[in-house]
Amino acid sequence: MSLDISFIGILIGSIMASSVPLILAASGELITERSGVLNLGVEGMMIIGAISGFALMVITDNLFIAIIGSMLSGVVISLIFGFLTQSLLTNHVATGLALTIFGIGLSAMLGKDFVGIPGKDFPILFSSLRESIPFFGPILFGHSIILYFAFVLPFLTSYFLKKTKLGLIVRAVGDSPVSASNQGINVVLVRYCCILYGGGMCGLAGAYLSLIYTPQWIENMTAGRGWIALALVVFATWSPIKVLIGAIIFGGISILQLHMQAVGFRIPVQFLIALPYLMTIIVLVVISRDSRKIKLNTPTSLGRIFYKEK
Amino acid sequence: MEDLLIRIEKRNDVPTTLYFFTPFIAIILTIIGGGIIFYALGFNPVEALKFYFITPISNLYGLSELLLKATPLCLIAIGLSFCFKSNNWNIGAEGQLTFGAIVGGGVALLFYNQDGFYILPLIIIAGAIGGMIFALIPAILKTYFNTNEILVSLMLVYVSKLILDYLVVGPWSNPEGFNFPETRQFSDSSRMPLLFEGLRIHAGIFIALAAVLVSWFVLYKTYLGFQIKVSGLSLKTAKYAGFKGKTMILIVFMISGACAGLAGVGEITGPIGQLHRMISPDYGFTAIIVAFLGRLNPFGIIFASLVVSLTYLGAETAQIFLQIPQYTGQVFQGMILFFLLASDYLLFFKIKFQNFSKNELRH
Repeated sequence: MSLDISFIGILIGSIMASSVPLILAASGELITERSGVLNLGVEGMMIIGAISGFALMVITDNLFIAIIGSMLSGVVISLIFGFLTQSLLTNHVATGLALTIFGIGLSAMLGKDFVGIPGKDFPILFSSLRESIPFFGPILFGHSIILYFAFVLPFLTSYFLKKTKLGLIVRAVGDSPVSASNQGINVVLVRYCCILYGGGMCGLAGAYLSLIYTPQWIENMTAGRGWIALALVVFATWSPIKVLIGAIIFGGISILQLHMQAVGFRIPVQFLIALPYLMTIIVLVVISRDSRKIKLNTPTSLGRIFYKEK
Repeated sequence: MEDLLIRIEKRNDVPTTLYFFTPFIAIILTIIGGGIIFYALGFNPVEALKFYFITPISNLYGLSELLLKATPLCLIAIGLSFCFKSNNWNIGAEGQLTFGAIVGGGVALLFYNQDGFYILPLIIIAGAIGGMIFALIPAILKTYFNTNEILVSLMLVYVSKLILDYLVVGPWSNPEGFNFPETRQFSDSSRMPLLFEGLRIHAGIFIALAAVLVSWFVLYKTYLGFQIKVSGLSLKTAKYAGFKGKTMILIVFMISGACAGLAGVGEITGPIGQLHRMISPDYGFTAIIVAFLGRLNPFGIIFASLVVSLTYLGAETAQIFLQIPQYTGQVFQGMILFFLLASDYLLFFKIKFQNFSKNELRH
């Protein structure tokens, strides 16, 4: 099998497409975690976004409504998590797990009449340039607007966290909720906002799958991508730019394993699929063994319940 | 912050009756919530709930299935209760179950054409050891590298499922199996004895019951159990008392992993009889709900495993009679945990009406 230059261009384009849901979900979860909240419900919020987006597309025949609706559905379902963890002070891990389990079940229930309905073509931008420029065409052009948004989002997220006052507040709340609270910051409100934002991004990530990547509704179609997105945030040591790099690596592995099989590569496919999880564990070990490193990288209060007596 | 009339105050001690009563509130709220969802989807809620919670156990076969599915849930949850009681967040029981099934299944495949009374015990021991070893990974990383056990144990779930996938597709696939992703059928000596003719319930239930009794004894009657409970309540106290924290983390993970591994071999030597990709409908994750619903109490867990097992059966029945996807069982499982966690608020806080003028911060 020859690896000519235009094929590599197409390959890179498809790797970018497969990394989009990971970037969106992980960027959202990153903000949530930076505020000190560990939401294990990513998979559940994504799948709810996927069915809501697809169902709205079928019902309204309007892709804009479908995309906005999927984000709103992500926000609504994350509100359950927010209310439980922030207002009723429940354990983050258990609540997040419940959210994933609930989301997968609810999406299947809502989606039972939408199985087997064909999706709609999502408009792509600059499709003529895609064909006319060799190599760079398939990489840079002919994608949906969501893909371009996803590739800008990590930079926006990084700017937000580092350069804006609100970003500083989010980080302060995540690193030291008690001091933040003493400074007059409403910790619970900030965390609510970050949870809802994460939910919206996960909803969008799900809609990307059901409307653009594989335009149809299949039960459990997120297929563990939510867990990979969670791994990705850790892998990236809570840095938005590294989320982008990690998403391309993790997305690339899922595309490459298909091609490697075709070329007759000798490594078992399962090993390649397991790589993101194994690499995440290795990164965790590397950053955790040094207590200074983990303090630099990890939101210090991650997963801890904040309770202010009033 | 002065002169507030309504004040929410942390309770100093949780009233025991309320502690064991709230799971029932959660179950009732879940049934009501389920009815509302059924109604919203255009079903008659009463009829749908009947298909869900009554039809499945209205005959002997159904009752046997209830116990069959409750067995792994109960076993895993018993193991998890050791971890959760001591504040170790092992959420990778699904992976430990899978790895236990791989090791136990490997032994079963070694003896696929042999008979002997010793084969089944060997498989069971192998499964427990497999689960134990797999649980030791997050435990060792936590104790020696300070890694977060939640994330590591979760990642390992996928790793173990991929190992299983590799084995049943590749080296362990049935040579006469037309390339189906499954191993040979295990020999009769590798199968759990059935308790009744024609029903699927098997001797694995005795392992689960033994685990309940042993865990009750260990948790409430031994020094180890005392250490586990104290570390769960206050790590500082545990350190002050001189408990060996690291050893205890390793021990609770090993217990938890062994239980999950036993659940795994129970499935493959019980109802399944071979290895393939789908050996567990996420029992390892659902057992987390069981552990919470059972209040981490061995006897509470028996009750909780039966309730959650019913959601699995109900989903199957509803799929047949209402043509709704089997995943709906997870709607109920998720809701139970939501409502249970929410009702805990009543346990740990009480609402008081009085004035105060202190602004206190606590974690």
